[in-house]
Amino acid sequence: MRQATLPTVDTAALRPISPRFWIARQVVLAVVLSPLLGAAIATALLAPSLYALLIPAVVVLSALIWSVERGRYRSWGYAEREDDLIVHRGLLFRRTSVVPYGRMQFIDVTAGPVDRVFGLATVQLHTAAAATDARIPGLLRRDAEQLRDRLASVGEARATGL
Amino acid sequence: MIAPPGGTDWRRLHPLTPLVRFGRLILAVALITVPYLESSRSPRGKFELFYPVLVWAALIGLGTIGAIVSWAVTRWRIEGADLRIESGFIRRQSVRIPLSRIQAVDIVAPLIARVLGLAEVRVVSAGRGGEHGRLAYLTAQEAPAVRARLLALAHGLSAETPEPPAVPLLHVDNGRLIAGLSMRAHVLVPLAVMVVAIVSAVIAPGPGVAALGSVLTIVVGAGVALVRAFNEDFDFSINEAGDGLRLDRGLLQRRHETIPFGRIQAVRLMQPLLWRPFGWWRLEVDVARQHAPRDGSDQGGGQQARTLVPVAPRAHVLWVLARVFPDAGIAPPAGAEPPARALLKAPLSYHYLAAWYGNRYVYARTGRVQQATVVVPLAKIQSLRLRQGPVQRWLRLATLDVDTAGRRWGASARCRDEAEAQRMLWELTERARLARHAPAPSAMAAAVAPA
Repeated sequence: MRQATLPTVDTAALRPISPRFWIARQVVLAVVLSPLLGAAIATALLAPSLYALLIPAVVVLSALIWSVERGRYRSWGYAEREDDLIVHRGLLFRRTSVVPYGRMQFIDVTAGPVDRVFGLATVQLHTAAAATDARIPGLLRRDAEQLRDRLASVGEARATGL
Repeated sequence: MIAPPGGTDWRRLHPLTPLVRFGRLILAVALITVPYLESSRSPRGKFELFYPVLVWAALIGLGTIGAIVSWAVTRWRIEGADLRIESGFIRRQSVRIPLSRIQAVDIVAPLIARVLGLAEVRVVSAGRGGEHGRLAYLTAQEAPAVRARLLALAHGLSAETPEPPAVPLLHVDNGRLIAGLSMRAHVLVPLAVMVVAIVSAVIAPGPGVAALGSVLTIVVGAGVALVRAFNEDFDFSINEAGDGLRLDRGLLQRRHETIPFGRIQAVRLMQPLLWRPFGWWRLEVDVARQHAPRDGSDQGGGQQARTLVPVAPRAHVLWVLARVFPDAGIAPPAGAEPPARALLKAPLSYHYLAAWYGNRYVYARTGRVQQATVVVPLAKIQSLRLRQGPVQRWLRLATLDVDTAGRRWGASARCRDEAEAQRMLWELTERARLARHAPAPSAMAAAVAPA
């Protein structure tokens, strides 16, 4: 066979999602983690003793969460190939989905409250299989809509029955 | 009214429909009422009886009127390429089912309907938001004609095309059916628990007897499930017509199901542990369907895959499989097993794990105590997913999932070597693409050829 010519998931070849997604994520993280840090500092000031150790603990925890989130952000990638869309994601649990254009039934573009503040949107593909989980978050609104329109038009051109 | 070609005028359901649909309810109300009236009878005379009787009579009367109104406002027709059913008095409901999306058409006849010579036509369609049409009830003579018409239109033929003649393929022996059904875990485990409970009751009468009581309910439950399964699959026969398979089964409630060739998304061949010495197998098919029926009358029917062969020797099952998926070979070739290190990730199912593919199908075998092989035609693949968790990454393994439009299962190639799974992903993507574009080698053509 022509196995040698078959592609592999090369993370570099995938298109990344918008850096604004990472900014939005960091803002959310800051909003969630800073009260925690504040509480740790307050505790350390009010009862200075071993409680002071809470501050480095919270800092280390925050750094850990931050690096995991960064890894997850970097893991997202997608590629529009000739006949299918590839979505790659996940840091600990890695997933690569391949969805042929001809199998797409409909495409959702959604934007939650945080997404809307940052002008982002998520594109989700649905096939007749409930298990299909191709979802691309963190696209700029305009890019998301363009992607949707492109996918819809190629999907219509290649639609095949069940 | 001008009926479009292939269409019909509005039609009503059979006038006895309210009796079948609500007869059971009325019977139940009567069963509650009569003993109540008996107990409320007092020596002072009949006057105390008057009001309760009035209330119950009013309830039954209202139920009956409701049933009749519901029948009177329901009508259906075949309209162009759609089946349309209108129902509802206060909340009008109009269901439109595109005939091209029909996955299967069944005829179901519950006991009361059978006695009255009625039957229900049930249409299963595909797609998200797909609707299920129920024409309950038509006369037993009309139902097959309606089914033939719907199937002919679904295949894009003229509405007047008669139903193709069916050739019997296989009849399942009832003795083997009951033996096979009893030898499954959900029957045997409660029995084993029962034996343990009896033994413990003999050894320690006090707490043992108390345990026995609670165990008894489990055993009764298992017995009921067994009887129900037997009732469902009694007198199971598979016939093959030009356009698909016909299944006839049922003891009290007869079902006549159709499964069009080409609408089958996947099949699963399985063998419960205790069937192994007998060499018995079970074959199930998965058709595209999204919703379980809303009412409880078809318990589990929407959730469970359709049984194609409840229990039969391997040769028979393989023969039926060959009619459904020609050229599907279920013997794993060399190299279908995952690498030995997968034993660490999947210790309980490693011995059955295997996955391989050919030019037309992809196969995946899994199972802990009962082995099951899923066969998916490449042309039916919806999407492919490659998964790798932390443990799998450490072991350089990955799982490839094959998604289909069926409800129940896709093929899952678990714990393959990382690089091999990657290669499988691209190979299958390419082969599925070719299979989608190639004109499907018709199962009909194979069906016409002499067996």
